[in-house]
Amino acid sequence: MNQQGVRWTAEQVLALAPDDASRRAGSKLGTAGPWSGGGSDGSGAVWGLCRGSGGKPYQTVVDTTGPAYRCSCPSRKFPCKHALGLLLLWAADGEPLRGSDVPDWAGQWLAGRRTRAAAGQGDRAGGGPPAKPADPEAARRRAQQRAARITAGAEELEQRLADLLRGGLAAADRSGYGLWEETAARMVDAQAPGLAGRVRELGAIPGSGPDWPVRLLEECALTHLLDRAWLDVERLPEPLAATVRTRVGLTAPADGPVVRDQWSVLAQYDTGDGRLTTRRVWLHGRGSGRTALLLSFGAAGRAPALALPVGLALDAEVRYHTGAGQLRAELGERFSPPVPDTGPPPGGSVADAPAAYGAALREDPWLDSWPVTLTGVIPVPSQDGPWLLADAGGGSALPVTPAALGRPGLWRLAALSGGRPVTVFGECGHRGFTPLTAWSADTPETVPLT
Amino acid sequence: MTTTTWEDLVTSALLGTDRRAPAPEVLARAPGKDAPAALLDAAAVHTVRRRAGLLPAPPASPLPEPAPDDERPPLPEAARLRLGQLLAGRSGAPAAGGRRGTAPDLTELLPQWLAAANAHGHRAPASLLPALLDAGRARTDLRPAALTFAGPRGLWLARLNPDWRFALRGAPGGTSLPDPTDRDGVRRLWEEGLFAERVALLGAVREHDAAAAATLLASTWSTERAEDRLMFLDSLRTGLTYADEPFLEEALSDRSRNVRSTAAELLSALPRSALARRMADRASTCVGLDRTGGAASITVEAPHECDAGMQRDGVLPDPPSGRGQRSWWLGQLAESAPLALWPSRLGGRTPEEIVALPVADGWRDELHAAWCRAAVRQQDAAWARALLGPPTTPPATGPGTSSLAERSKLLSVLPDGERAAWVAGFIAAHGLSEAFQLLGVCAVPWTEPLGRAVVDALDIARDAGSYPWSFSGVMGLAERCLDPGQADRLEVLTAVPDEPEGASPGAGGYWSEAFQRLVATLRLRAAMLAELTGASTPGPR
Repeated sequence: MNQQGVRWTAEQVLALAPDDASRRAGSKLGTAGPWSGGGSDGSGAVWGLCRGSGGKPYQTVVDTTGPAYRCSCPSRKFPCKHALGLLLLWAADGEPLRGSDVPDWAGQWLAGRRTRAAAGQGDRAGGGPPAKPADPEAARRRAQQRAARITAGAEELEQRLADLLRGGLAAADRSGYGLWEETAARMVDAQAPGLAGRVRELGAIPGSGPDWPVRLLEECALTHLLDRAWLDVERLPEPLAATVRTRVGLTAPADGPVVRDQWSVLAQYDTGDGRLTTRRVWLHGRGSGRTALLLSFGAAGRAPALALPVGLALDAEVRYHTGAGQLRAELGERFSPPVPDTGPPPGGSVADAPAAYGAALREDPWLDSWPVTLTGVIPVPSQDGPWLLADAGGGSALPVTPAALGRPGLWRLAALSGGRPVTVFGECGHRGFTPLTAWSADTPETVPLT
Repeated sequence: MTTTTWEDLVTSALLGTDRRAPAPEVLARAPGKDAPAALLDAAAVHTVRRRAGLLPAPPASPLPEPAPDDERPPLPEAARLRLGQLLAGRSGAPAAGGRRGTAPDLTELLPQWLAAANAHGHRAPASLLPALLDAGRARTDLRPAALTFAGPRGLWLARLNPDWRFALRGAPGGTSLPDPTDRDGVRRLWEEGLFAERVALLGAVREHDAAAAATLLASTWSTERAEDRLMFLDSLRTGLTYADEPFLEEALSDRSRNVRSTAAELLSALPRSALARRMADRASTCVGLDRTGGAASITVEAPHECDAGMQRDGVLPDPPSGRGQRSWWLGQLAESAPLALWPSRLGGRTPEEIVALPVADGWRDELHAAWCRAAVRQQDAAWARALLGPPTTPPATGPGTSSLAERSKLLSVLPDGERAAWVAGFIAAHGLSEAFQLLGVCAVPWTEPLGRAVVDALDIARDAGSYPWSFSGVMGLAERCLDPGQADRLEVLTAVPDEPEGASPGAGGYWSEAFQRLVATLRLRAAMLAELTGASTPGPR
């Protein structure tokens, strides 16, 4: 830790860019040339003036604890290239950021932000206290209406599954994707996005490789299980009922337990379908030993707002969602700027990972995977088969999921290990293990694999 | 608990419950439900149970051998972050419209960073090895330094991924080369190895024991293909010593003409070799001193024939088209004769005095050109100095050669400091337009006088109102080669100047941009080097 607080790597900065063009433009601004009047303080604020094509330089200021950005440029990209360039300069310990007096234009914004943060509001999207419903009775009626629509959707989906099973899965390969797409659309109409998502996945299974009928039957059965659970949700014990509601797509505010801890950022990765980017951030609480999953979404052209570089730890509150075995949480108040993390969380053996996943299935049978840390495992690369993570004795091993194969991060993992045991954090599920982050005893580095 | 197997359920599901009803106990467990729902119920139970009961399996293949240890110290933290940046920047697209903007070109700094890291003897961070190998795969010029830096773990990793196969060919330190003292291992690889492996093996054995290498080479020499013989011979160029002379002398009678002439060339680089003596005898009969006209001058009597002896010593009898036979032969004799011959032959004169002598009958250019080749081949600094002449002399009227390529070869024979001083003098006298090739052979970072000469010349070019891209080659070199300590002095040049009368429109702004990039790159290089020594960059105050 130096006088400027914890700096990020260029990679971490570029991960914030909303698109490739911004990444390139930002990289070009990440040098001393166009910047003047810059500085940074120990609490994570960075500012600078960036000379553009016009006469008046743009005023750019970033609060890296957010991160939150402000720039006087007219770009609608967020963060803009100036903010990215400034952060890159900061990441490179750039000369022009050695000044330390906060100029007024930056100071006002920073002060405003910190006042709001201190008031416990923050200014992240979706922050702030939930608005009180104007009319509780109307709200209840609306909820009832929505539940009824979901029920109708679930019944329709049950019918569709029954028809499929009656005629045989063998025919599903021929019936084509259109039918599933139509059913998914009807689930969207029924305001059950969770069901819609499952249906789309069902549509992708036929013809997707060897054993597809088995996988289709499994997913049909679990969808059926969810339908049945929803139709009987009133009779389920409350934690399981909450899980079922979440699974069909009824979002609830995070009103579970609030945990303040030193949270290690274990992994951050994005998945996307072109329209929406979903960012997953895995946290691990040093004191509580709890794991939390933060989700953040970005529409096309915008990076999800939340960015917590892997390898840092933050003193913060996390509010969990309710539901059985829920890991999903929202980040609450942060009490200080992030600091470098101290190493991997405690972990288990190769055998512990599927056991932990199995135990989690008891609470939520629809879980695809469960976060686990493996200690003392050796990655076994393969040129044509699946990679393995084997325990050091070579007695047992987990396959790496097909989705993770072909990621450059796997080679980082092999390099870090060099054939010796390492610690790996990832998601273990019925398809195998997806490594996300690794640590080796040889180096203090936290190595992201995503 | 149902006894229905998963396979039963899959079969029913595949064929459809209308065609193949699920087992009775499946239906019995779901009273009041129809067959598909009962089947799905049972399948759900099975699925969750299967997933919850997953167990790890023993690996089918053995675990990988651990990578060999790398004893080098790890990089300081800041240097590791910097390397990550340089490697990530390597695919950065150039700025639109060909303008380079003010940002340093990270791609160009990677070779320098690697050289510096290797000079410090650091070990590459394991997590960056894949990016490092990818960079080496994309850029041949980076390979040697990248592979040295990647070290044993880099090679270990490269074996696992066919994309990095290049690393296993001719890697420094050898991939699977046997120990040079392991006679059986050496013998086996020499007889069975791929050509590249054999060349690497020969180099390794030579380093250890030159005589053993010659014996090894001689053992199969007569059965090698002509191309291979030529390549083997060529590999002797590095670390050539008199121990190689007997072998080379043999090779003078080789079947292949190219092999013969390469052997002769190598022998002539050994001024005390028998071949060099024979060439000296021949050359001295051709070149002599004439004192008749008062002032001394050199007379040249070119050979009248290319006899069998000359041909055996590598003289090519047939000139390329457009050149006379006799001057062709003379050139070959003079370039192969030891330079030490001439002071004694020409009245005890120094190389400078000899080069300054008039040469009769228009033989001057021919003779000087041959001496240039000889000075480079024999790495003779005194002669190179004499043939270059003072840097202020215009190339066209100087001694030696006016070719910049030949001159840069001559320069590379001089010691670093002298080389830089000569180029600085050349730039001060003649500007930058012809300096590029000469700058390329100067040691990095440039000495203070050389750096000052380049910057002054750029400043003059700017004042003259030309565009900076006319000097983009030199500018790029300056970014990589100027001493980073010069950044502060250059700062003043980054200001946008008033446009002088008759200047190219907008040139001032472009120059300012180019100098900004130069300063930014120098600062970056200074930071890079400081990070590698583990020193923190200079503080704010």
